[in-house]
Order: sequence, then C-alpha cells, then structure tokens
Amino acid sequence: MGAIYVDPVIKRATINRDECVECYACYNGLSTEHLNPSIVRSIRKFFQIGRLRFDPEPDVCPTAAFEPDELQWPRVVRRAFSDPRATHESTGVQGRGTEEVKTNDVTHRVQQGEVGFTIEFGRPGVGVWLRDIQKMTWALAKAGVAFEKKNPFTLLMTDVATGTLREDVLNEKVMSAIVEIKVGVERTEEIIRLVHKVEKQVDTVVSLGVGTRCDEHGDEKIVAPILERLGYTIERAKTNMGLGKITNPDAAKAESKVEPVGQSR
Amino acid sequence: MTNTLHRYGTAESFADDYIVFATPSNGRNEIGSLPKLKRFLELALPFKPVNIGDPVHGGSLRPAKDLHTSANWKRDTTPNFRAVIDGLDEPASVVAIFDNQAAAEQFLKVAAEADLGLSINMSASVEGAVECCKFAGITRHSVGYSLGFEGATEKLPNTQALALSTMCGHGMISSSLAKKMIDWVKEGRRTPAEAVTYMTRFCSCGVFNPVRAQRILEQARTKME
Repeated sequence: MGAIYVDPVIKRATINRDECVECYACYNGLSTEHLNPSIVRSIRKFFQIGRLRFDPEPDVCPTAAFEPDELQWPRVVRRAFSDPRATHESTGVQGRGTEEVKTNDVTHRVQQGEVGFTIEFGRPGVGVWLRDIQKMTWALAKAGVAFEKKNPFTLLMTDVATGTLREDVLNEKVMSAIVEIKVGVERTEEIIRLVHKVEKQVDTVVSLGVGTRCDEHGDEKIVAPILERLGYTIERAKTNMGLGKITNPDAAKAESKVEPVGQSR
Repeated sequence: MTNTLHRYGTAESFADDYIVFATPSNGRNEIGSLPKLKRFLELALPFKPVNIGDPVHGGSLRPAKDLHTSANWKRDTTPNFRAVIDGLDEPASVVAIFDNQAAAEQFLKVAAEADLGLSINMSASVEGAVECCKFAGITRHSVGYSLGFEGATEKLPNTQALALSTMCGHGMISSSLAKKMIDWVKEGRRTPAEAVTYMTRFCSCGVFNPVRAQRILEQARTKME
C-alpha cells in the first residue's frame, strides 16, 4: 500500500491512515529488537551526516515501534479483509476467506454444468475501496446473478438482491475482497464480458478465478475452451483431488449450521 | 481465500512450484481433523518440501520478536518444519511446497493412500497438476483456473517483482520489498539466498516458495523484465 513514510516535518516514520488497510504486515511480519529509539535515531543521523550507509536487516524494526490500534467499526472491516491472521472474534466479520473449489468435493457447491467465479478486487497488492466493488455487485445483481450467500463479502450487503453494500463501509479500503458467484456454464462468456466492462470503471486490479467440476474421467473440456476462445491463456489452476469425505458424526445437521460454506483460514 | 491460485508467471515458470494443501471443511469434516492435518505435514517431510505452513501460525521461517542486534551479522535462516507441525493447534488449511514434480507427485500418491478424508488440492500449472494426478492414480474432482490480473494493471510492478510478491496470495509481501530485494541483489548487497529469507518471513501462511524466489532473483540480477 505504501502507507508508511518518513514525514519531512516531524522526521518520524508515519502511517497514512487513509491508505493503510490494517493488514498488520508491519506488526506481524517484521522482527523486532527493542532498542532505545533515541540511540537508534542518533546513530542513523551520525551515518547520514557522514554519507555512510548502515546496512541492517531490512525486515527488522530495531525499536519495535509498531503497536496495533484498537479498531472500531467500520474501520475494523479493513483488517478483516486485509490481515489473514485476524480472527473473526476480533473483527466481527467473517474474514475475506472463501473455500471456493478447495472443498468442493465435500460441499458440492459447484456442480456439473455450473461455473463458480471468484472476482477478487485489489489483488495483487494494490488494494481497493469498497465503494468501487459496489459498482461490480450492482452490475452483477442487475444481470440476475446470485451472490454466494455465505461469502464474507456478501455478508456486508444490506440488499443482496441489488448488490448494495452497507453505507458505513463504503469508504473503507482493504487489501482485497472477493465477490463470489455461481452461474450455469452457458453464462460464462456473458459474465466475463460483464466483468471486463465494469472493471474499466474501477481504479484497481482484478484477479479472476473460474471454478468448475471435472467429468467422471477427471477431464474438464467445457469451460477451458470457452476461456481460451475469450483470449485467455490458462497458465495455472487449483485442482481438487476429490479425496475429501464428510466425517462429522452429525454432518447433515452440521451443514445447516451458521458456519459459512465459503469460509476457511 | 484463493491464496495460492493467482501467482504470476507462465506455466513453464511453475516448473519448480508445486503446492499441495489439505483443507478441513466446517460442518463436514473439521471435527477430529487436527491429527490428520499434522499427519499430512508429516507425510510431506520425506519428500523434502521447500516450505510448509498454516495460516494461523505461519510458515517454516518466521519473524522473531526479540532479536539480538548481532542478528544483523549472524542470523539463523534455517526453516523449522517441526515447529510448524508441533504448533498446529486448530483446524486450518495446511500446505507443503515442492520445487520439483517428482517429489510433488510422490507425496500426492502417499497422501491419497493415507485416506485422511480431507480435501486435498494442488496449485500448480494445469499440466503439472494433471501429470501429478495421473502418477498418483487420482481422478480430478474440480478445477479452479486463474485468469490472471485485469483492470488497472498499470498499478502493478514489473514482472519479476510481481512474480515474487504474488507468491504470498494474502499480499503480505509488498511489491516494494520485492523491488528492494531485486535491487539489493543487483547491487551485491545481499545474495539471492539471503534476500529470499526476508520475504519468506512476511508470508503468514507458508505458501511462499523460496527456491522459485531465489531463481527469480538470480535471473533479475542480470536481466530486468
């Protein structure tokens, strides 16, 4: 995000809170030394005056300067969709996670003749304002597409039928968020063309994923040709091996629990 | 989320990148899954994964919160696989990364034979995954294609920084750090092996592939793309 910079006036590292998506990468990812800040600054100044370069480890914060804020709603939404380690208890939002085809062998969410789309905004590393994603959800809803009910992003909608988000989260920026839908395979091209049209109005990047079932021989000869015809070169995929089993003692009952289908950590 | 799917590169560039992961599903098979997840990771070890991890605690090389200043000159960069397995304390997707197809397909075969009952996926080139399935005698159930990046792609960094930073799908490895590491390698300030360790520590779920990253940094030393 580039949210951290040295303020030229106060000469201290500062966080631009507008741009910060609360991913906590600075707090969780940096190693720390707990050195005295005054001494560290003095040493740095000394080297700077002499035009000398100290070459410390780039992933170490010598003073352990980062402290997480106590986030309140709606800012906590940033963390939920940005920090992969955020717990649902800490944010009240079901993360940005979705199982999509990963557990399709036990959820059977995407079946033969169906296509599941994951339209991820802000990835990789650019971030997205939630108000921008609403442009896409409005367009998809207008096209009569149903959103995955238990996807964390769908849970932010006040009106799933129109794809309208809660008013109070629109001005929040997140690392990425996934709009998850499922359509019949015959609508694959239509949806991709719709995504192409709307993404031009959105000031971020979009990562598109398309999930589908393989046939009884493990082949997939329906969706891939459509994607290739649309000009895509498919370089990479996630393959579900079909080895999952429903083993919970009372799985049928458990399936009706509030636990989201599209939820994983 | 789709944290391993959208890695940047051509199919050929994934020749040293095979991700195999096991995922429990809430309401279906998460009960009693913890020992199975640990077993999955244990089964991976003989095939020499380059990283393993889980999204709750991280990968096999993690940041330290009480480093001594001497770490600036002498720092332990050995991946700790045992800490990942022993530290796993709740159901979550666990992952093993391999840098060659032979290891990945043999592990996949062993994992299938273990009959853990968890959903097992491979994230790799399409062809690579198909060949691994064939070797292991597995009929693919579902497939999720990555269609790459669209929209305001002018906001993305160069392709080498992108290939490095997208190896953490959660976005914990910033493109700024990836660019800096490319520069440091080019300037001779760090070796590719050293630069890779810094990026690996930021990946919060262990899907970063240090071997592929090292190769990309070596290539970037002499040719920017």
